[in-house]
Amino acid sequence: MPALEMNDVRKVYGSGEQAVVALEHATLRVADDEMVALVGPSGSGKTTLLSIAGGLLEPTEGIVRVGPHEINGYGRKELTRFRREFVGFVFQGANLVPFLSARENLLVVSELAGGDRRHARRRADQLLEELGLAHRADNTPARLSGGEKQRVAIGRALMNEPELVLFDEPTSALDTKLGEQVMELIRKEVKGRGTAAIVVTHDARMTHFADRTVEITDGRLVA
Amino acid sequence: MRLGWKELVRRPGRFIAAGGALTLIVILLLLLGGLLDGLTNSSTGAFRAQDAQLIVYSQESRNSLLRSRIEPATEDGIRTVEGVSSVSGLGVVLIGGREAGGEILDLAVFGYEEANAAVPSPPEPGAGYADRTLESEGVSLGDVLEVGPEAVPVRVAGWVEGTTYLAQSGLWVHPDTWHEVLVTSRPDAALDPDTFQAALVRTADDPAEIAERIGTQVPGTSPLTIEEAILALPGVEAQQSTFVQIITVTFVVAGLVVALFFALVVLERLGLFGVLKAVGASSRTLAAGLVTQAILVAVGAFALGGLITLGLSSVIPDEVPVQLEPRRAVITAIGVMATALIGSAISFRKIIRVDPASAVGGS
Repeated sequence: MPALEMNDVRKVYGSGEQAVVALEHATLRVADDEMVALVGPSGSGKTTLLSIAGGLLEPTEGIVRVGPHEINGYGRKELTRFRREFVGFVFQGANLVPFLSARENLLVVSELAGGDRRHARRRADQLLEELGLAHRADNTPARLSGGEKQRVAIGRALMNEPELVLFDEPTSALDTKLGEQVMELIRKEVKGRGTAAIVVTHDARMTHFADRTVEITDGRLVA
Repeated sequence: MRLGWKELVRRPGRFIAAGGALTLIVILLLLLGGLLDGLTNSSTGAFRAQDAQLIVYSQESRNSLLRSRIEPATEDGIRTVEGVSSVSGLGVVLIGGREAGGEILDLAVFGYEEANAAVPSPPEPGAGYADRTLESEGVSLGDVLEVGPEAVPVRVAGWVEGTTYLAQSGLWVHPDTWHEVLVTSRPDAALDPDTFQAALVRTADDPAEIAERIGTQVPGTSPLTIEEAILALPGVEAQQSTFVQIITVTFVVAGLVVALFFALVVLERLGLFGVLKAVGASSRTLAAGLVTQAILVAVGAFALGGLITLGLSSVIPDEVPVQLEPRRAVITAIGVMATALIGSAISFRKIIRVDPASAVGGS
């Protein structure tokens, strides 16, 4: 079973003459250990596709399955639960909670899900260890470098052992060298766990870290 | 909720503005409440001390103790009303008194027949139980007060608490002494020996029902419950409603302070809330965190404000009748918490409308 299956998905904002088609009959499959780079110019529909895949937006038409979950019919509460339990997100600029330590930023995910605290703490420490941040576990984001913040964000995305991790321009705030290190780390983490990933990027130099690259233009996917 | 708590603990500086404003409001509320209670008690203490359920005035008195006259025949009539357990006379003279060579003291000299919650049975003629407020005026046990223009001597036989009347210190005397003071101070208002200004009525039944029965069955009477009689005292109702309005407006201001502060907090955190929603936080979780913060800020403000008010009350001059009562503190605490809750709840709509999709795309 693929980690993500999008069939003939459309997303239209507004209606009538004001309607804007953001995604036009998009069909995409991501295997359960596959890393896909999604590239395209600004306004091409990358964010919309990523948002629909992660249950942040509901499609106007089409079917979206993440693992066994057909999410296109989910209501708001079901989508919230789905995101909490089955998807990981890494946002631009990390977007960590500023008053929490690195470890606590990871634990937020398990706290929201109401998981076992001891187990969560062990997992958070293990992830921080793997990400080379064990010594930074008690530091707040203000005391972390850009690369370290992004690594914490990756750890947060992996906390709930997701079936699919979505990366939104993870290297946009980093220089080329740091960006490559982060992409290398992303590849290592998702491949090591057999997790599927979609990485939205503007930067063509980063696409070679992915198994394949999908291009999107004017809301249409080009394989 | 834990997120809200952690932010409060780790970034207390962010909440100093709201907490400081709320603390000042708590101080204001406690002092206003204390002033209201102090003024009310100093005006109505003698009535609050009564354990009778009703007080009966003469009808033409328009519910004024000073104008009222209850003849023995009227008292007897009240006794015959079904449900009445006991009837006793009460009278007051507002008058000056002094210790020999001392300053004039403002006294409310009560003549009474039966003990009440604060005052024991009447002392022998020529003696009186003095309200403890007179102690701060230099009066001691055993002192003899010269009361009225004829200097009727009244020896202080004991202290009683909380029996002031219209801001004058209570002096509780035998009916004979009271009549003597009355006739020497106001010869025109002299009463027959068994006549009082009002009748205190005890009953085990519903006081309102008994009051209605007395009013119907005993002509020329105006029976009131003690609470009604307190409100009928000159200026008490106006004073209470004025203070209650000021206190209500202060609560509204507290609510606005909390609402404005947390509205700004939410505006500032829209991005963070979007991210948290994207990773699975529900609107309810985020709102609960906000409420937790508002309640904790209010608790802290109340604790700090309470301590400061206690400190202030010890330096406020005795002439200012501020009286801090636990009941008032509880009401203020509940009011401040409720205000914080409502104030923070105004931002719920904003939280609910945060779109988790705003977390992606750099928006």
